Amino acid sequence: MADKIVLEIARYAPETDEKPSFQSFEVPFRKEWVVLDALNHIKDKLDGSLTYRWSCRMGVCGSCGMMVNGEPKLTCATFLSSYGNGAKVRVEPLRYFPVIRDLVTALSDFLVKLQSVKPWLIRKDEPPLSAGEFLQTPEQLDLYKQFSMCINCTLCYAACPVVGLEPSFVGPAALALAQRYNMDNRDQGAQERLGLLAHPEGIWGCTFVGECTRVCPKHVDPAGAIQQYKLKAALEWVKSFVLPRGHDEDSTEVRS
Amino acid sequence: MTNLPSTEFHPRWYRARVSTYWWMGSWRYLLFILRELTSVAVAWSVVLTLLLLRALLNGPEAYSRFMHRMQSPWMIAFNVIAFCFLLLHTITWFNLAPRAMPVRVGGKRVPEFLVAAPNYVLWVVASAAIAWFVLRAS
Amino acid sequence: MSKPSNEGFFWLLFSAGGVVAAVFIPIHLFLFGLAFPLGWLPQPSYEHLLALAQSPLAKMYLFVLCSLPLFHWAHRFRFTVYDGLQVKHLNEVVLVFCYGGAVLGTLVSGYVLLRM
Repeated sequence: MADKIVLEIARYAPETDEKPSFQSFEVPFRKEWVVLDALNHIKDKLDGSLTYRWSCRMGVCGSCGMMVNGEPKLTCATFLSSYGNGAKVRVEPLRYFPVIRDLVTALSDFLVKLQSVKPWLIRKDEPPLSAGEFLQTPEQLDLYKQFSMCINCTLCYAACPVVGLEPSFVGPAALALAQRYNMDNRDQGAQERLGLLAHPEGIWGCTFVGECTRVCPKHVDPAGAIQQYKLKAALEWVKSFVLPRGHDEDSTEVRS
Repeated sequence: MTNLPSTEFHPRWYRARVSTYWWMGSWRYLLFILRELTSVAVAWSVVLTLLLLRALLNGPEAYSRFMHRMQSPWMIAFNVIAFCFLLLHTITWFNLAPRAMPVRVGGKRVPEFLVAAPNYVLWVVASAAIAWFVLRAS
Repeated sequence: MSKPSNEGFFWLLFSAGGVVAAVFIPIHLFLFGLAFPLGWLPQPSYEHLLALAQSPLAKMYLFVLCSLPLFHWAHRFRFTVYDGLQVKHLNEVVLVFCYGGAVLGTLVSGYVLLRM
């Protein structure tokens, strides 16, 4: 008797449906299978209309994020065996995003927010080529490396209640990536980003729930990044109060 | 949400509304709300302290009346709950503080429990000191 | 670059209040809310407590104890009301209730301690 597991999958067809409904599929329970394997099996053998995103199937592209039993997960990294033989596993699109079809969410909002934090190295002055490369010690790299591991999978957005309650909240990944560039000693854009993000829909919207850090598959710790950013922004406020004029921006870059 | 029809080039997206009871959706969300509500217990403790100070101002009878009122069973029950909330605040505060201020020694990140530990020590020492001052001659 | 939002100031108050609340508030509630009423520890005499509260050091300590944690409450409660009840449209009411309450408490404690 072959082992089975039941997947209850949210289906939504925009041409015909008003709202999503669930459809159950029975799939083989294989020890080495992940939820993504089960979805691929359904699409290949049972219902070719099932629509979902996936790509690398090894946890680096960030495409396959979905809610599995109410938890944001990368389906390529979530084993069926975690749920047990004969269990029912509920698969839904990532929470707090609009749904286009079945398990596919609309990411345009997130991409706009990501772009708004200017996630690239901002330079005020470009040294000449003859000056050579930017050298960075392991300690300097360590300051921002953790935040650079983000794969934009948006699991953190699905975990953060503020994202759901406040649609204009910039969100964990974007803020962590802003901090990644702020902490990079090659970057000179910290003041510019601060001006963009030190407001109620930026860092001050965060209430340190901490769910974003818990669900992050790459251990980026966006909550930690945001709290550090808050401290920095608060100290900047104090500085702007104490020295309202002539307080220099980002001119003290140490190039090693 | 206005329901625009699906067109050939733009399907009608489904947007779920976030329920007012979102915080009951998982025990972690609930714990978060309880953590936030610890601030009410903090405010209550301040009010209590102000009431005590006022009683001290008003004389020994006011002080005994205050201490007597603190003995009522409802007050005790309320303060037991408030005290649990205060403990929740202290513990979550000390455990989360290291995330806002990563400590680096010799270029390496100090593990979080080592940053949190001195806070607990400070808490015990400070509490003992306050208790000593209050209890000195009773 | 626009001037950084004033939220930073309130967050600093929230943090400072949170530290004072975490370190010093529990023992006060424990003593006066539980230990003395339940007889676990001997109740201090009126004279001793009054003398203690009248010392300048104690007054400064008590003022900090009764003001900063209120600002911690104000900030946290304000966000809880936003998130829990989703009442962003009543923003001004919530702000006045929270920070107004904290300011009121601070004034009351200042007044009481001055008169001691």
